[in-house]
Amino acid sequence: MSDIATRVKKIIVDKLGVDEAEVTNEASFTNDLGADSLDTVELIMEFEKEFNISIPDEQAETITTVGQAVAYLGEHAK
Amino acid sequence: MQLKRVVVTGIGTLTPIGNNLNDYWSNLINGVSGAANITLFDASKFKTRFACEIKGFDPTQFMDRKEARKLDRFAQLAVVASDMAVADAGISTENVDVDRVGVIFASGIGGLTTFQEEVISFAKGDGTPRFNPFFIPKMILDIAAGQISMRHGFRGPNFAVVSACASSTNGIISAVDNIRLGKADIILSGGSEAVISEAGLGGFNSMKAMSERNDDPATASRPYDKDRDGFVMGEAAGVLVLEEYEHAIKRGAKIYCEIAGGGATADAYHLTAPHPDGLGARNVMLAALKDAGMKPEEIDYINTHGTSTPLGDGAEVKAITEVFGEHAYKLNISSTKSMTGHCLGAAGVIEAIACIQSVIHDIVPPTINHFTDDPELDPKLNFTFNKAQKRTVNAALSNTFGFGGHNACVIVKKYVA
Repeated sequence: MSDIATRVKKIIVDKLGVDEAEVTNEASFTNDLGADSLDTVELIMEFEKEFNISIPDEQAETITTVGQAVAYLGEHAK
Repeated sequence: MQLKRVVVTGIGTLTPIGNNLNDYWSNLINGVSGAANITLFDASKFKTRFACEIKGFDPTQFMDRKEARKLDRFAQLAVVASDMAVADAGISTENVDVDRVGVIFASGIGGLTTFQEEVISFAKGDGTPRFNPFFIPKMILDIAAGQISMRHGFRGPNFAVVSACASSTNGIISAVDNIRLGKADIILSGGSEAVISEAGLGGFNSMKAMSERNDDPATASRPYDKDRDGFVMGEAAGVLVLEEYEHAIKRGAKIYCEIAGGGATADAYHLTAPHPDGLGARNVMLAALKDAGMKPEEIDYINTHGTSTPLGDGAEVKAITEVFGEHAYKLNISSTKSMTGHCLGAAGVIEAIACIQSVIHDIVPPTINHFTDDPELDPKLNFTFNKAQKRTVNAALSNTFGFGGHNACVIVKKYVA
């Protein structure tokens, strides 16, 4: 697993209080991991903090699964 | 319209001297102080470095970590106290009409610590707003009432009540009135406060409101002592299950006591100082007695606001002697804040609980830490200094007063079918 994927999954486990095993690439934050709209906003903010970037709202709305987050951050993380 | 009777059928509480009802009561009547050096944050640069903290509270024993993280400490305490009260009353969505079970819950300040943390985090940044999406729903004072309703599925009247240190007494009165008028069968009412943080302590310190007796925290809260030097901050939560009498009887509920009545007034005088003649305090006790349909002679115990401040204690005592006349000398008076510290918005409910227990057990908890008589106070009054006293307590009155000049008073009496 890439370093980015590890860091992303750690945040998700911590913020959503889920088991690491559930955090698969296909897992949807809202449908599979029990996140509500506020949880999703918080996750994006934690990604921004961890990777020191700013994710525009229109981009943030397209990040709905673990895999999408890892891919986006892989591309944009500094 | 005939008003309905209101009884107490469940109690839950977390206090600086006990994390459940039994421990709280046992320590109250044994005169145990809850004050010690502050552990919740580094207070080494503060004028006051001690407080009455709740000991050993781990929210994850009661809720999962994810849920705990979304609640300010004040709301965590509220939710846990509500769990205890609901279990004690034996109610659930299965055996009540959830649309007729409400929550009227108080706090003096709400999520001050959450506010502090979020603003500090913003100030440390470059001006880009990165506020946590849970910031507002964690901080707002009414969230405790909302969380309790979500936790238990109760859909009746639901709101918060605020009047600083009188908050939870006003909340109880509001709940009682709602039930009396037939607007609900049951209302969970009480309050929670947890502001032992930099902003909370620092703010009250600046007002010169708190004791600075850092060399001896356990004796710092000394209401009615000549050398009292301010209140000791406490944190607590308490929940009463208030229930319409017939409803309680019908479901075979255990009944602790009856709520006889309550009153609320204002000093209309000063931001923080009490009216020097105890005008609002006098009026609120008269209002509560009138509401309860009781004579002053029927009260056996007064749990005073008695915060251990030089001005406040004297004004309240003056009001008591005016309202009760000769009977004032037959009463037991005590300030349990000598043990719990001043739990601000939660003070009213934990002191109401002290009154309820007193009425049930016929014991008056003491005013501890009495060393030197205050020559300004009438020596013929019985302040129940240092040791609990056994006596028949048919009815007890609890006073609470808040910054802003709010006064609230509730009277509880023995349950007689």
